[in-house]
Amino acid sequence: MHDQARFEYLLRLGDNCLILSQRLSEWCGHGPVLEEDIALTNVALDLLGHARFWLTCAAEVENAGRDEDQLAYLRDAGEFRNVLLVEQPNGDYAQTTARQFYFDTWHYFLLRELKNSSDSRVAEIAEKAVKEVTYHLERSSAWVIRLGDGTEESHGRMQRSIDDLWVYTGELFEPDAIDVEMRERDIGADLESLRAPWLEHVQKTLSEATLDAPSAGWMQRGGKRGVHTENLGYILAEMQFLQRAYPGAQW
Amino acid sequence: MVEGAQLSPEEIQFQERIDAGIKIEPKDYMPEGYRKTLIRQISQHAHSEIVGQLPEGNWITRAPTLKRKAIALAKVQDEAGHGLYLYSAVETLGVTREQTIEDLLAGKAKYSSIFNYPTLTWADMGAIGWLVDGSAIINQIPICRCSYGPYARAMVRICKEETFHMRQGFEIMMTLCRGTPAQKAMAQDALNRWWWPSLMMHGPSDAESTHSAQSIRWKIKLFSNDELRQKFVDQTVPQAEYLGLKIPDPDLKWNAERGHYDFGKIDWDEFYNVIKGNGPCNRERLRARIAAHEEGSWVRSAAAAHAEKRAKRKAA
Repeated sequence: MHDQARFEYLLRLGDNCLILSQRLSEWCGHGPVLEEDIALTNVALDLLGHARFWLTCAAEVENAGRDEDQLAYLRDAGEFRNVLLVEQPNGDYAQTTARQFYFDTWHYFLLRELKNSSDSRVAEIAEKAVKEVTYHLERSSAWVIRLGDGTEESHGRMQRSIDDLWVYTGELFEPDAIDVEMRERDIGADLESLRAPWLEHVQKTLSEATLDAPSAGWMQRGGKRGVHTENLGYILAEMQFLQRAYPGAQW
Repeated sequence: MVEGAQLSPEEIQFQERIDAGIKIEPKDYMPEGYRKTLIRQISQHAHSEIVGQLPEGNWITRAPTLKRKAIALAKVQDEAGHGLYLYSAVETLGVTREQTIEDLLAGKAKYSSIFNYPTLTWADMGAIGWLVDGSAIINQIPICRCSYGPYARAMVRICKEETFHMRQGFEIMMTLCRGTPAQKAMAQDALNRWWWPSLMMHGPSDAESTHSAQSIRWKIKLFSNDELRQKFVDQTVPQAEYLGLKIPDPDLKWNAERGHYDFGKIDWDEFYNVIKGNGPCNRERLRARIAAHEEGSWVRSAAAAHAEKRAKRKAA
């Protein structure tokens, strides 16, 4: 019997990166300015790279003959373990920026913890990824400030997106049985301990951006146990189309 | 310019530098016609890279494996990068990127017509790399030696990346051709649709080409359109044979006497119609660029406003 908790934990890490990368890649060729087109694609590529490491690792732990592609392309929505935040639509550039900012901040503090994982593969992937994610966080924080403290229009758009996506941030810090087990085995991070540094960076950045920080309230949750928003079905319908239409083909 | 027309002493000296193989740099003297020709050609090339992101971008979210998705993303990103340094090369000639892009969005500037064809299947990602990038490389390698320094240098880097893209495209085709019958049919269908537009990429035949003679004298162009096209056909036919695909041209055959492949008549009527805006995707491509530009307008204004606030605070 394989290590189910570890498998699930790796899927969560991989699916977060995969789904966010898929969303970002929708921007490719449509960015607001050429430099941003290139930068967003860079982030999409980094996250896709991380997703491949995590999913390959998950497949090895599962030891059932699946690989990264079978995990990415042949699971249905209920088997995906990403948080709800990353599957939210791109919307306008403010919404994409807010989503990225919330995620990057969490991702950064999470990976910093995972660098010390007792699982050497996890530590190794986190070590590599955190370097790129440090840049992602700098970039999305700078854009929150730029759009927040830009024009009246950009301020309004940025505030709305920061408010709209807030309900998806609670899930990031709520450990379930798998998170607890991973933490106890020194493989995973203590999610609750990430909340304070996350909030500090978010508040500091929003304040510099002249934006109001949303107040705590009811939070949406479910992604980690496979209960998603309606968005994920469409993401998968698009992403998995060829593998589903031509079963067993090599590409 | 008419042969024997009066050239000023500056123009004579300019032509002598070109004939001696000396590169022209942004601050050097250049005739107005030379500058204009370069602006037109380099900006068309830049626009082609930017519009060219769209047909392939169309398949990034549907790429069949994670590795293919990464390759596709990186490729389309490379194209944006090419656009960026080509717009910079245009700026060395005194036209800003904003002006150049405005001309594109206003429908005043051209871009490579091939990007007005749709990408209907995954095999089109292979066919574009193999045929379209293959054609582009043949057109562009000579430009690495062209007389204008910034253009020549930009092209060296672009050609390196394009060569990589072409190999990736061929590899997609090879995988499909070794795959299931449905995949092989997909590859053949893509070749059928992309073959003729790829031949058209080298431009009108020499007899019809309006800009060629002077450009060759100025070493902006080193080979004629027909020479480049022949080179593409000669290079590509054995590759198609290797893949086991049939080129959709009943008149295609080896001509031992010429040492080249003969090929059938190109439908120039289609070519000129696509240039005029009647291709399958002309409207969609331009509208996508206009939408990105318009929807990005508040973002660019915000970035500028923020930079200004920053500068003021710093000065205070």
